Amino acid sequence: MVNFIYVILSDSEGSHLSGLSLQNDKLNVLYHQAEAYRIICLYFIVGKNYMNSLWFGLIFLGLLFSFINKSPETVTNVLFFEIEKSVELILNLIPIMAFWTGLMRIVEKTSILNKLSSLIKPFVRYLFKDVQNDVKAVNAILMTLAANLFGIGNSATAFGIKAMQEMQKSNLNKKTATNAMCMFLIINVSSIQLIPLNIIKLRADSGSSAPSEIMVPTLIVTSFSTMAAVILAKYFERKEL
Amino acid sequence: MRISDLVLPILIGLILFYGISKGVDVYSAFVEGAIDGAKSALKIFPYILAIIFAINLFIQSGAEAFIVDILTPITALVGFPTELLSLSIVKPLSGGGSLGVFQTILDNYGADSFIGRSASVIMGSSETIFYTTAVYFGSVGISNYRYTIKVGLLSHAATIFAALIVCKLMF
Repeated sequence: MVNFIYVILSDSEGSHLSGLSLQNDKLNVLYHQAEAYRIICLYFIVGKNYMNSLWFGLIFLGLLFSFINKSPETVTNVLFFEIEKSVELILNLIPIMAFWTGLMRIVEKTSILNKLSSLIKPFVRYLFKDVQNDVKAVNAILMTLAANLFGIGNSATAFGIKAMQEMQKSNLNKKTATNAMCMFLIINVSSIQLIPLNIIKLRADSGSSAPSEIMVPTLIVTSFSTMAAVILAKYFERKEL
Repeated sequence: MRISDLVLPILIGLILFYGISKGVDVYSAFVEGAIDGAKSALKIFPYILAIIFAINLFIQSGAEAFIVDILTPITALVGFPTELLSLSIVKPLSGGGSLGVFQTILDNYGADSFIGRSASVIMGSSETIFYTTAVYFGSVGISNYRYTIKVGLLSHAATIFAALIVCKLMF
């Protein structure tokens, strides 16, 4: 695989390196391979380009191997028969997503989210020390976490942006994240959803005999990974001081 | 009857009764929210289309078999199912994309296989790290994320290993 990337890279950088390659072919190959690895590593670190290169890479390798395996008709088959599945997938998702966001809208119109917020106040003191006395920020943080617990992604994003704006007000360095912001983001991206409804629905659609049997294991794994994330966040928080 | 089968009816009942008792117009609230849900389901269509094309091409052309052949000796050493590699890589990047990969796994191995169950648990307990981080930090113009991505990816790795262990022990 490295060789394909090597070929692509030497094409794009060949012009200014051609002189060098005449002098020392072996060194040049090593240089290109090191460069290839560096670029691959960069793609893994830089989030934005990651999906871009992954998507391109999948298609590029797919096209390449359809020729290597002498079956270019694979591309036609995929284009005319396989991508239909995306419509089926969406059609199956629309009702469950709509149903759940519909129910959640009812919850939002009652004040139960505020009550839940006051239940988990002690955690806030430990996790978000920077802003523990900032009522507005704490409330927005708790609303986001509550929304995430119940899997209402859109509302969670709305609350989350509000929470970030409140936390930014007391931030001294506007370009750098505070400890509380990092902790907030880390908890959000470690997933705290209680019931993975979409997953249960997809399992039921593909003929599972017990689609919801993954609920308990998911809860265990989610709690474990969130705990690990919080401990790691606290560790790096202290290390960077 | 399983306990997990009871959760949904109880939850739905609770939400509706609580809403009614608080004087919420549950029907219009439901319809209003459902429109948003349908819209966000449609919004992920292009992402799913893009990834389903790429992934099917990648698998059917034999490129995946080639890479799996290369990786098998390495992953066999630690007992990691190779089939879950692409899911583990795509999930932090794209919610829609990972749904495509997940569906492919369900189609190929079945929802009740070890791989199908592990994939379900991984899907249910991980997040789109890069997207969420970009949206939240982007909304207040912060460019230095410090250790956020690093910890997010470490916790993603913890999720995958925990999912495999838990699925092995529980089923």
